Amino acid sequence: MSAIEPVRPRDPRLPVPPGMAMRVAIIGFVAIAFFAVIFFRLWYLQVLSGEQYVHLANTNQRRDLPIPAPRGEMLDREGKPVVDDRTANAVQIVPSALPEAAVITAQAALYQKHLVEAAEAHHAAGVALNVFRATHPGQADHRELERLQAAAARLPTVPVPPLPASAVHVRRLLTRLGGVLAMRPRTIDERVVRGMTALVYAPVTIRTDAGLGVRTYLGERGNEFPGVLQQPISLREYPYGEMAAQVIGHVDQISGEELKLKAFHGVEQGTIVGQEGLEYYYDRYLRGKPGVSKVEVNAEGYAVPDALKPSPPQAGRSLKLTLSLPLQKESEKALLEGIDHARAGNKPAVAGAFVALDPRNGSVLSIGSYPSFNPNRFSKPLTKAEYKELEGSGSAPGHLVDRAVNGQYPTGSTFKPITAMAALEAGVMSPEEGLGAGKCIAVSTQKFCNAGEAEYGAVGLVQALKVSSDTYFFEVGERANAHGPIIQRMAHKLGVGEETGIDLPSEFPGVIPDKEWREEQNKAELKCEREEHVPNCGIVEEPTGTWTVGNNMNLAVGQGELLTDPLQMAVAYSTLSNAFVNGGTGAVVRPHLGAEIDEPTGGLVQSLDYPPRRKVHLNYNDLSLVMQGLHEAASSTGGTSAEVWAGWDQSADPVYGKTGTAQHTGREDQSWYLCYIGDPKHPLVIAVTVEEGGFGAETAAPIARLIASEYYGKSKKFVAGSSQTL
Amino acid sequence: MPLSPIQPPEESQAPAPHVPLALRLPFDPVLALATIGLGICSIVTLAGATAKDIPGDPHYYSDRQGIYLGVGLVAMFVFARIDYARLRSYKNAVYGALLLSILAVLGLGHSAKGATRAINLPLFSFQASELGKVLLILALAALVVDRARDLRSRDTTVRVMIAALVPALFVVAQPDLGSGLVYMAIAFMMLFVAGTSWRHLSALVALVLASAVFVLAAAPAAGVHVLQPFQVQRLTAFLHPSSNPQKQGYQQQESKIAIGSGQKTGRGENSNQTSNGFLPESHTDFIFAAVGERYGFVGAGLVLLLYALLISRALRVLVMAKDLFGSLIAAGVTAMLMFQVFVNVGMTIGIMPIAGVTLPLMSYGGSSVISTMLAIGLLQSIWVQARASAALKGRVLRH
Repeated sequence: MSAIEPVRPRDPRLPVPPGMAMRVAIIGFVAIAFFAVIFFRLWYLQVLSGEQYVHLANTNQRRDLPIPAPRGEMLDREGKPVVDDRTANAVQIVPSALPEAAVITAQAALYQKHLVEAAEAHHAAGVALNVFRATHPGQADHRELERLQAAAARLPTVPVPPLPASAVHVRRLLTRLGGVLAMRPRTIDERVVRGMTALVYAPVTIRTDAGLGVRTYLGERGNEFPGVLQQPISLREYPYGEMAAQVIGHVDQISGEELKLKAFHGVEQGTIVGQEGLEYYYDRYLRGKPGVSKVEVNAEGYAVPDALKPSPPQAGRSLKLTLSLPLQKESEKALLEGIDHARAGNKPAVAGAFVALDPRNGSVLSIGSYPSFNPNRFSKPLTKAEYKELEGSGSAPGHLVDRAVNGQYPTGSTFKPITAMAALEAGVMSPEEGLGAGKCIAVSTQKFCNAGEAEYGAVGLVQALKVSSDTYFFEVGERANAHGPIIQRMAHKLGVGEETGIDLPSEFPGVIPDKEWREEQNKAELKCEREEHVPNCGIVEEPTGTWTVGNNMNLAVGQGELLTDPLQMAVAYSTLSNAFVNGGTGAVVRPHLGAEIDEPTGGLVQSLDYPPRRKVHLNYNDLSLVMQGLHEAASSTGGTSAEVWAGWDQSADPVYGKTGTAQHTGREDQSWYLCYIGDPKHPLVIAVTVEEGGFGAETAAPIARLIASEYYGKSKKFVAGSSQTL
Repeated sequence: MPLSPIQPPEESQAPAPHVPLALRLPFDPVLALATIGLGICSIVTLAGATAKDIPGDPHYYSDRQGIYLGVGLVAMFVFARIDYARLRSYKNAVYGALLLSILAVLGLGHSAKGATRAINLPLFSFQASELGKVLLILALAALVVDRARDLRSRDTTVRVMIAALVPALFVVAQPDLGSGLVYMAIAFMMLFVAGTSWRHLSALVALVLASAVFVLAAAPAAGVHVLQPFQVQRLTAFLHPSSNPQKQGYQQQESKIAIGSGQKTGRGENSNQTSNGFLPESHTDFIFAAVGERYGFVGAGLVLLLYALLISRALRVLVMAKDLFGSLIAAGVTAMLMFQVFVNVGMTIGIMPIAGVTLPLMSYGGSSVISTMLAIGLLQSIWVQARASAALKGRVLRH
């Protein structure tokens, strides 16, 4: 050491902050404190409470497997099952209990490796695609881009690697099991390997519904099939097949999108939930709560079934419907009979729908749509072709649409009572005033004629409804146009052109055209043409046109741009009938199918209350005249549907009915019938429509009579009417 | 004690041609020892705990972790030979690279378990937020040094916090809340070491507490979700562990069972919690639980001692650095290590929330291991430069 003072070995090129040493010391103390806390905590966990945790760890060698809950039944109004659950026996394999389990494990490991590789390749393609997009901007149709897009678009399916030939025992077992189940051994092997990859500890289900024969066979020979289990599971069953299929819906495993919905909060992946219809709408009551079976995990990490008590699943609750099973069956039969009849008369009659409801409270007694489908088909995945067939296309009508609530139809003359009520209340004409003389009404350059150019002369309101004079209502429509949208307002007031609020996942709100609607359509068309650069988007043909008196005249007879469905019309007729029996004040009911939620064992949980949406006031004198017209149409000679109801006891169960024939360009007419049967104790409103079924009196009206005959216990007779009115 | 760096260099008394040990040994051996020790603990634990995770490939995780650690060690020794002071001039490029890499992950990233944190590269998936920790340390240290004359001003405090907050927010958006918190811890520690006024520091602490209350309680109550719901659940689950054993509290409950059941010396091959899949992520975020179960209080204690050694060494490097830049880098690395070790270990033993931070050097994962190694490489470089500068000065002064 020289004489110079030893220097600090630090280079003060930059000022060291004052007090840094103190601050570092603070950090040091914080670190020491943390380490001390952690050590004490570890000491507490491992040394002081260690034994308790060892105990917990040993009891923790269990895995929880869900036991699906049986779904609640659907019952008709009398409590007869419409949809139920059937116990089936599923054949399962416990991979670890198979002979040569190690071979299967290795096979599964190899498959998983392939899966990972495929996923990585797929991912790499995605990265390459991003890079390509970033480096080649603006090359939308480059071939390389297309190739990369194709590679990145979907994960390739990975085949299960073959079972090694050396695994003689497994092969033999699978062959024997395949013989019992009528399955290829390779298919069983594939399912085992895929199942092991999906859920490591769970037994793999090979066959969901193996049948009684298999159950007895395998049950007696348990020791000949090591690793093969039989497990009772419940399967959804629709014993009546196509009956009311669109309304009932079907079930399937919950989808990824559904898992995110609030309606399915708390539902585990893999749970069977309702899809469409009542199965969907009332799913939270029907689905129940899955139970848990506890399985012990052995040293290899695979599950062995054990004696630990499972917590049983909680069965879903039953849904009691307003539907009447006998009426539903007969209604469907009646619709088919009407369609057959129409086809015999060379009408295509491609599709149809009906609804019958109690007008007092909106209980739907029967509802259906043709063509239908068997929901049991959804228990297995459908092929693309099958699904396409169900969806329908072009001229083939779809099977999945419920035409009673999602049809989009003009109604023809069944709309006339609405026009009549609107015009009378607005004072457009007096009920006695004779209108509609001649075959046609001419307005500017257009001519509006009666069907078949028939001539009814100048008639009053009651007669006009009875014979369904179009010229009368054309004239009313022409006059009403000067009073503003009075017909439209009356339609909305009675319940047409708005959602009925029925307890189903989807319904069509309908269209009642008026001036504003027309202008909005024009705007939408122009906007679309501007944005899409096409000559016409098909919303409106001539977007420059405005609402004309002709439009109003067409609406007055239920034609033109009017779009509604049988259910809305049934609600409107219910409103009329309610006001009719109530001195002019009538409820607009909320139609519904659910009546109550019951315990699976039968006790009431909750009755479903669907109060009327609102009350409306109608002028009783005007209403009485309209109802008189409807009654005469169905009962007195010359009425459009009087022939159909020939022999019906009109004094006990007076019928107020209106035929309708909606015209479509290029297609056969659509047959309609709406009626209210004023039985004092059991009133009924029926709406029937048959697409391309001809005149209302010849197809729809006789179907309505068949439905009514079943309801009132009369003898059934299909009487086609000869009235050729629209 | 020839290896201790804080001793006045004995070499100064040696004859002139004698090359000081500090120059012959181009790294801090104690730091290297702690690092390698933790790496070995990691491989041993992974080899035991993940043997059944990938059927047919019992060494899948331990082999890969070995490669990552090897690559990391090489990177560490290379960094030790670089004069960290030169990195200061690249501060803008470093900060730019930090932001770009994080944004690239958001743009091109590969999502795993609902979070987009990594870009898949040919050999491993690159988690930008991990390397970002090292980049942020360098950028922030350079920023503070630039403002060395003005350290106590409010302006400096605000700039440093904003410089850290921007990448932190991008990282939280991935969502990787843990790394975002590490970024903020780094910035806070640097300000603390640099001598920011106590008033500013306490204001920052108050701000953090207020925003935590806002993000976890007030905003969700008002219907605004700053964090993903799963993050809020994870953060608050440790407050009520048994309320929902199937969901968020489950992991922590399982973790405690695993660690507790290890008792004094561990269950070894009888371990059934971490190796049979009861505890998810037992090879990454919850590896400390695997250590505790397999090797008991003894094993967990050894790992903790190695961390204590690592952190004390980092603090030593902080104090001995030849300049402020070095001290600040060391402070940042210390913050990163301390925060991650305490939050991660605290989480596995149920005294900290599940924030999703890795246990440095122990958790499986290339990005985390290599980034930590790079950070330790920086410490080595600071150590080497400090030793060299001290030795040189000693010699110059002798003449």
